[in-house]
Amino acid sequence: MDINVAQLFQTINLATIMPEIILSVMAMALLLVNVFVPSKSKGYLAWLSLAGLVAAGYTAATGWGLNIPSFSGSVVLDNFAIFFKLIFVVAAGLTVLISDQYMEREGCNQGELYPLILFTTVGMMLMASGTDMMTIFLGLELMSISLYVLAGFNRANIKSNESGLKYFLLGAFSTGFLLYGMALVYGATGTTRIAKIAEAAAKMGAPDTMLLIGALLILTGFAFKIAAVPFHMWTPDVYEGAPTPITALMSTGPKAAGFAAFLRMFLVAFPVMKADWSDLIWIMAVLTMTVGNIIALRQDNIKRMLAYSSIAHAGYALVGFAAANTTGTAGILFYMLTYAFMNIGAFAVVVVLGKQGESNGNVQDFAGLAHKRPALAAIMTLFLFSLAGIPPTAGFIGKFYLFSAAVQEGYVWLAIIGVLNSAASVYYYLRVMVFMYMKPAEEEFGWVKVTAPITLALVVAGVATLALGIVPSYLLQLAETAVKLI
Amino acid sequence: MENLTNYLLVSAVLFSIGTIGVLTRKNAIVVFMCIELMLNAVNLTFVALSRHLGNLDGQVFVFFIMTVAAAEAAVGLALFISFFNNRESIDIDDANLMKW
Repeated sequence: MDINVAQLFQTINLATIMPEIILSVMAMALLLVNVFVPSKSKGYLAWLSLAGLVAAGYTAATGWGLNIPSFSGSVVLDNFAIFFKLIFVVAAGLTVLISDQYMEREGCNQGELYPLILFTTVGMMLMASGTDMMTIFLGLELMSISLYVLAGFNRANIKSNESGLKYFLLGAFSTGFLLYGMALVYGATGTTRIAKIAEAAAKMGAPDTMLLIGALLILTGFAFKIAAVPFHMWTPDVYEGAPTPITALMSTGPKAAGFAAFLRMFLVAFPVMKADWSDLIWIMAVLTMTVGNIIALRQDNIKRMLAYSSIAHAGYALVGFAAANTTGTAGILFYMLTYAFMNIGAFAVVVVLGKQGESNGNVQDFAGLAHKRPALAAIMTLFLFSLAGIPPTAGFIGKFYLFSAAVQEGYVWLAIIGVLNSAASVYYYLRVMVFMYMKPAEEEFGWVKVTAPITLALVVAGVATLALGIVPSYLLQLAETAVKLI
Repeated sequence: MENLTNYLLVSAVLFSIGTIGVLTRKNAIVVFMCIELMLNAVNLTFVALSRHLGNLDGQVFVFFIMTVAAAEAAVGLALFISFFNNRESIDIDDANLMKW
C-alpha cells in the first residue's frame, strides 16, 4: 500500500466539519475565559456557549443540499448529517439555557460545565457525519466521555456520583461490544469505510458468520446508547442521579446521535442483511415501548418517570427503524427533533420547580401548581400532551408518521402495539396534569423563580412544540430530503 | 491460515474473560480492569485481522482505541474518587441509592 501524502491532503476539506471546528474552538476558549469569570457570574458562559452553538448551527444549515465527502471518505457533509447536527444544536442550546439556575442552586456552578456540553455536542456531530467506523467510534467516545463527567458533575451529591459511576462502567462495557463488532466487520470485509463495507457485503451473497456476529455486536452497542430494552437498565438510575439539565440533554442529544450512527451503519453498510436484522429491531421496538411504558406507570419521581418515558420514546422511533423506508427514517429524524423540544421543555419546568438538593422531585410536588403558577402549569401541560402524542402537538405528528411507516411496510401489528402503548402512556402524563390542576396547593411555590434564560428556553420549546404540530409539512419535507441519500 | 484462527481464538477467550469479570466482580476498579481487558482483546483482534488482510486500517484503529481507553481511564478514576469521597467504598454494591 503506497500513500501519496500530497494526494491525501487534497481529500481534506475543512469546510465539511466547520460546525465541529467552531464548537471545539469555542469550548477551548470558554475553558480559558472561565478562569477570569467570578464564580457568581458563570451565567455569562451560558450565553457565550449559546452563541457558539447558534454559529455552529447556522454554519451547518448553510451546507444544506451539498454532499461532500472529506478526509478520504471518513466524514461526509450531507443533508442527513446536517439535519442531525441541527437537532444536537437545539438539544445543547436548550440545555445550556436551563443549566445556570440549576447549577447555581445546587452549588456546583463550575464553568467547566459549558465546555463539556459543547464537547459532547461535537462528539454527537461526528457520529452523525462519520462514514467510517473509526470516526463513528471517536465521535461516540467524545460524546460519552464528556457525558460521564457531566452525569457526575455535582461532586458533593452522592446520587450524582452514583449516576456518573454507573454510566461510566456500563457505557465503557457497551463500548467493548461495539468495538468487538467493528473488529469482526472489519475482518469480514477488509475495510472500515461504511460504503466499502456495503460493497463487500453485497459481493458476498450470503453474509458469512463473522459479518453477522459483528453486525449483531454493533447493534448491541448502539442499542445501549439509545437505551433500547434489554439494554436499558442503566437509564433510570443515571437519569435520576444526574443533574436535571444534563438528564434533559442525555435523553435527547445522545439518543438522536445513537440513532444517526445506527441508521447510517445499518441502512448504508448492511442493507443486504436486512432480513436478518429487521426482525430483531421489530422485537426490540415492541419490548422497548412496552417495558418503558409499563414501568413508567408506577414511578413517583418525575425524573425517573421521564427516564422510563424516554425509553418508551426510543421504542416509538425504533418502529420507524423496523419499517426502514423513507417515511420511517424521515419519521425518526422528525421525531428526534420534536422530542428534543418537548422533553427538554418538560425538564425545564422540573428544574424551575426543584428545590436545593433535589428534594422536590416527585409528581405529588406538582399539586396545585395551576392555581399558584398558571402559566408554568399550562406550558408543562403542553409538553406533556406532546409527549403523550395528543394533537395538535408535534408529538402526535411524529408518532403518526412513524406508525404509518410501519403500516406501509406491512407491520400492522407493530403499529397497533405502538398505538396501544401510546394510549397507556397517557395515564402517567395525565397523572402529572391531575396533580397540577385538580389537587389543592400544599405550598405557595414562593421559591419558584423563572429566570430569563429559562423563560427563553420554555418559550422556544413551547412554540416549536406547537408550531411543529400545526404546520409540520415543511420540516417533514426537509427530513425526507435528508434521508434520501442513505 | 490456521495462525489467524489461533489469534482470534485467544482474543475471543480474553474478551469472554473480561465480560465475565465485569458481570461477577464487585470492586469498581477491578470491573474497570476487566473492561480494559475487553478493549485489549479487541485490539488483538484488530491487529491479527490487519496482518491477515494485509491492510493497515486495523492497526490505525488500535491506536485510536488505546488513546480513547487512556482518556476513559482518567475520567473513570476521577469518578471513582468522587464516589469514594462520599461513600468511603468503591464496591459497586454500595451504588444502591436509586432503585425502582
